Amino acid sequence: MKKGIRSLIITAAVSVLLASQAIAGSTHRIAWSHYTGWEPWAYIQESGIMDKWAKKYGLDKVEIVLVNDYVESINLYTSGQFDGCVMTNMDALTIPAVGGVDSTALIVGDFSNGNDGVVLMNGSSVKDLAGRKMRIVQLSVSHYLLTRALDMNGMKEKDLTLINTSDADIASIFASEVEKDPKAAVTTWNPLLMQVRNVKGANLVFDSSQIPGEIIDCLVVKSSAPEALKKALTGAWYEAMAKMNSPAGSKEALEVMAKSAGGTLAEFKAQLKTTKMFYAPAEAAAFAAGEQVKKTMDYVRSFSFEHGLYGEGAPSKELVGIAFPDGAVLGDKANVKLRFDKTYMQMAADGKL
Amino acid sequence: MPTPPKFLGIHASPPNWLRWLLTIIPFALLVIIYALASDTRQRENPSDKLLPTASKMYDAMQRAAFEENARTGEYQLWTDTGASLRRIGIGLGIAALCGLLCGLNLGIFIGMEHLFLPFVTFVSIIPPLAVLPILFIVFGVDELAKVVLIFIGTFPLITRDIQLTVKKIPREQIIKACTLGASQTSLAYRIVLPQIMPRLIETVRINMGPAWLFLIAAEAIAATNGLGYRIFLVRRYLAMDLIIPYVLWIVLIGAVVDSVLRLILRTRYAWYLESQE
Repeated sequence: MKKGIRSLIITAAVSVLLASQAIAGSTHRIAWSHYTGWEPWAYIQESGIMDKWAKKYGLDKVEIVLVNDYVESINLYTSGQFDGCVMTNMDALTIPAVGGVDSTALIVGDFSNGNDGVVLMNGSSVKDLAGRKMRIVQLSVSHYLLTRALDMNGMKEKDLTLINTSDADIASIFASEVEKDPKAAVTTWNPLLMQVRNVKGANLVFDSSQIPGEIIDCLVVKSSAPEALKKALTGAWYEAMAKMNSPAGSKEALEVMAKSAGGTLAEFKAQLKTTKMFYAPAEAAAFAAGEQVKKTMDYVRSFSFEHGLYGEGAPSKELVGIAFPDGAVLGDKANVKLRFDKTYMQMAADGKL
Repeated sequence: MPTPPKFLGIHASPPNWLRWLLTIIPFALLVIIYALASDTRQRENPSDKLLPTASKMYDAMQRAAFEENARTGEYQLWTDTGASLRRIGIGLGIAALCGLLCGLNLGIFIGMEHLFLPFVTFVSIIPPLAVLPILFIVFGVDELAKVVLIFIGTFPLITRDIQLTVKKIPREQIIKACTLGASQTSLAYRIVLPQIMPRLIETVRINMGPAWLFLIAAEAIAATNGLGYRIFLVRRYLAMDLIIPYVLWIVLIGAVVDSVLRLILRTRYAWYLESQE
């Protein structure tokens, strides 16, 4: 009887383990979530571009999976359910990289050039934020943007109260709150930013175009992902970019993206204006290899460390190493977990894919 | 006569030691499975955040409970617990009080029953989370809205439960009280009320679950502190080393509250428990 129980326990434990390990197969899965700069993935999947490139590099299938919750998509990637996921440079550092998943920023797709902003009622500058209550998704890029805005104006986070507010409700809460609170303030991203700016009396006092190139949107894959997958993804992305940017093919592609984003073509085009897309792979490769990315990542890691995103018990911001295309490393050289790699973007630029 | 089996069958009568063992088995299984899975993941990746080791969780909880947070100067766990308990206490407390009074009156006075019962039944079926945006606009999103959400989620159910309990009181007893000269109000508050108090405690116990659910939902949407706030905040960087202990802490608080309520039932309303058997 006792032996029976023991073997039962072991069988149960082993089967749970096996089930959790058996997910990786010969097909590859990439997660994405809605954001202006990532809508091309909807097009890449729908138009068959992905299948074409997967075939070219001998992969069974590359699935582009929409996960309708940004943070959850990154968490799924970090816990091993996906081979890659789209995310910002900050989240790439604080979730997978700090979580020990060696990740590579394979494609630098765009940077926010006004897609994130600080909006307040009855005020005209960042200085007017003093003493106010600010609605914000704490620890997100919004929080980073706000910290930079305060920094540039000689203020501190303590000068205001942050209320962590879910992005699902932040726009409607702000819109309903302004009637009662003439000092309402909010920091958010597009398309929510558009909605809150449209509230009567609301002013945009700071946006990401004032810190250009700091909020970067990338496709991040496991550094250990096969060469073929990296090539196929990069090839597919730049085919879609070329379509988007060509006068002939753009309408069809943009319509698919606008529909996926849940808006009209005009709305989507308006959002693209505040997104600096790198349509040309050469431009993206040059940006990834530039000095600015290093400076930005240093800001980002300081912010992340100071806000406990390395874990409250982390000893220093040097804990995780960030490698750049020229071989330079920020932080611990022995523990590089985030890599900016221009190899594949460069291949695309040179027509070698 | 054969002795009854220890474990199998409808006549099983497990001895005391076996009862304890049986209780422990599922918990032990869960812990073992967790430990094995966590160990496998930690071995592959020592920084894994999804299934942290017990020592990582202990460290995180230690910091949350006994170290001043460098940025806010607060003892995080206690601030969060205090804020959440306050919200749930006020929300569920008011719901219990109102539910008791409404249920009592709906149960006794036929006119009231016809006027309000269908409405209360209607309201009790509305999923409060689905009408959240309306609640925001009416009550704002500060403390009031969180308390109101808990209230709306639990009040109609408590009312209906109390009303049904009142209905079950034998008609003869009420008539007898009237014959003996009880006025209608003294009937309600001196004959019926004492009889439904234990049921109120029971229904509050049952409604603790929904109350926690609504509390955490409200804190996830907009808050500056609270247990639900913390869980949703650190979820942003997959800090399971803090989330898992926080969940266990919530379970512990729930269990303590539940056993306190049960203790009150046992000591003050022993007759009620007997009548239930």
